[in-house]
Amino acid sequence: MAADTTDTALAGLDNLELGPKPGRDYWRGTGGKALGSIWPKLLAIVIVLALWQLVYLSGYKSPIIFPSPFTTLPNLWSQLQHGLLWQAIETTLRRAAIGFGLALVIGSLVGALVSRIKPLRAAVGSMITGLQTMPSIAWFPFAIIFFGETTQAILFVIVLGAAPSIANGLIAGVDYTPPLLLRAGKTMGLHGFALYRHLILPASLPTFVAGLKQGWAFAWRSLMAGELLVLIAGQASIGVLLSNDQDQLDMASAISIMIVILIIGICVDALFGQADRTIRRRRGLADATVGT
Amino acid sequence: MSITQRDIAPSETSGDSTLRDASRSPAQVRETGAAAVQLTEVSKAYGKGRSSLLALDKVSLTVAKGQFVCLIGASGCGKSTMLSLVAGLDTPTSGLVSTGGKRVTLMFQEPALFPWLTAARNVELALRARGVAKQERRIRAAELLEAVHLHGFGDKRPHELSGGMRQRVAMARALAQDADVLLMDEPFGALDAMTRDLLHEELERICRERALTVLFVTHNVREAARLGDRVVVLSSRPGRVIEEIAIDIERPRRIDSAEIAEVGAHLTDLLRKEMASHGR
Repeated sequence: MAADTTDTALAGLDNLELGPKPGRDYWRGTGGKALGSIWPKLLAIVIVLALWQLVYLSGYKSPIIFPSPFTTLPNLWSQLQHGLLWQAIETTLRRAAIGFGLALVIGSLVGALVSRIKPLRAAVGSMITGLQTMPSIAWFPFAIIFFGETTQAILFVIVLGAAPSIANGLIAGVDYTPPLLLRAGKTMGLHGFALYRHLILPASLPTFVAGLKQGWAFAWRSLMAGELLVLIAGQASIGVLLSNDQDQLDMASAISIMIVILIIGICVDALFGQADRTIRRRRGLADATVGT
Repeated sequence: MSITQRDIAPSETSGDSTLRDASRSPAQVRETGAAAVQLTEVSKAYGKGRSSLLALDKVSLTVAKGQFVCLIGASGCGKSTMLSLVAGLDTPTSGLVSTGGKRVTLMFQEPALFPWLTAARNVELALRARGVAKQERRIRAAELLEAVHLHGFGDKRPHELSGGMRQRVAMARALAQDADVLLMDEPFGALDAMTRDLLHEELERICRERALTVLFVTHNVREAARLGDRVVVLSSRPGRVIEEIAIDIERPRRIDSAEIAEVGAHLTDLLRKEMASHGR
């Protein structure tokens, strides 16, 4: 009958528009893509090492001041065999986690309040952006006088560095909730807290995660600055190790520590990047075929 | 202008006239208390003072329960404003909008689905907003997706579906709100003709099955003639009702039939005349 032909035609149209279903080739494709995205990175590392070795061989500086990668990398390897570096990494990462966690809570709270309450936005909206542009290292004299040479001083500066980015990410996300979705939400009877929970917060998630990523970058920089400036006795941290290397003119060890800092920063950033991509892909915001 | 309510049954089509000006039609007029939507002398102005813009000017309109009314007009006729008023998203500057306590829901040109939720979850959220229990939400959402012929697509996210499928998920979501009155703001405007044609049939079937009252805004004269029991033509800036036409063409209708084309041509003429009045 008529209804029957509508159904069949509709089902046919759906199938045509969706195209063939991805089969196993899809997985093989992603596997190949992962490999394909690794080799340029490996090549980049090889090029950096080669340039480094070339500068070393040029004899521009003495081997003590500028050691070759063949001195530095074994140094890193041997440090990795000892407990001290791991202990330092643990201390530093613990501070990073606590500092970033605090910044997350404070930044989210401030962001939620500012995005919700108009007079508050007029009052502190621009101040948050102002804080964001302030180099966190400028806070250290204040923090050291206020808290003394303590972990609190470092955490204080991490929070000041990261929280504005997190708050701004949330505010921007709430501001850019598509008006059409808001209308749809209101039509279906969402209001008050439910509107926030089911619509505004999920809608602002991609921007919020971008804010977290930026917040992490600020937190990590503040933490490194803090560990170099605020020397807490009896606690090995990455900053302390780096500072010791400077005092002892141990360039190979200093570069080793810098490599560790770089790798940690890259790894955490990659985690945020992965979260960001997953969210975007799920919402159809990013083309899944574009690898990184 | 006074608008009387009428029930128009396709079987009552009299004589060879398939197209009738409602305000002049003497037959088949029956006063009923079953108005689903009633606008009385509704005006809506945006802004204040000299810069204020009158979007709607004393519009009166009655939509009987179960009736499918199409609103048509050129740009600036306040069609979307009218829907917002009926949906309660906005309040009129003067006049009365009444839906008699009926549940009203609104569909847009874009599906406006939440991209972070799957099709089924989108529908479930509408049920949740109404306070339906979790267990029941699952079952009801599946039923509703089945009703729009999207069985098996529940776990797809909106971006994985085609435009027509998304609009059907939006329809399922609207049905989940268990509304008596469905307001549609050019819901098929962004779709290709083939898909639109099939969705007309879907919509017609769903409205019949659920006895929905529909207020349907469109720019497309044939779409209006294809779907409506009645077509209301609005003037532009400000929006006023300039003509009401009862469409007595028997269902099932075809958008490419001669009768629909005839009504369409009449509507086009009306709209041209209206547009020309703004060109001088």
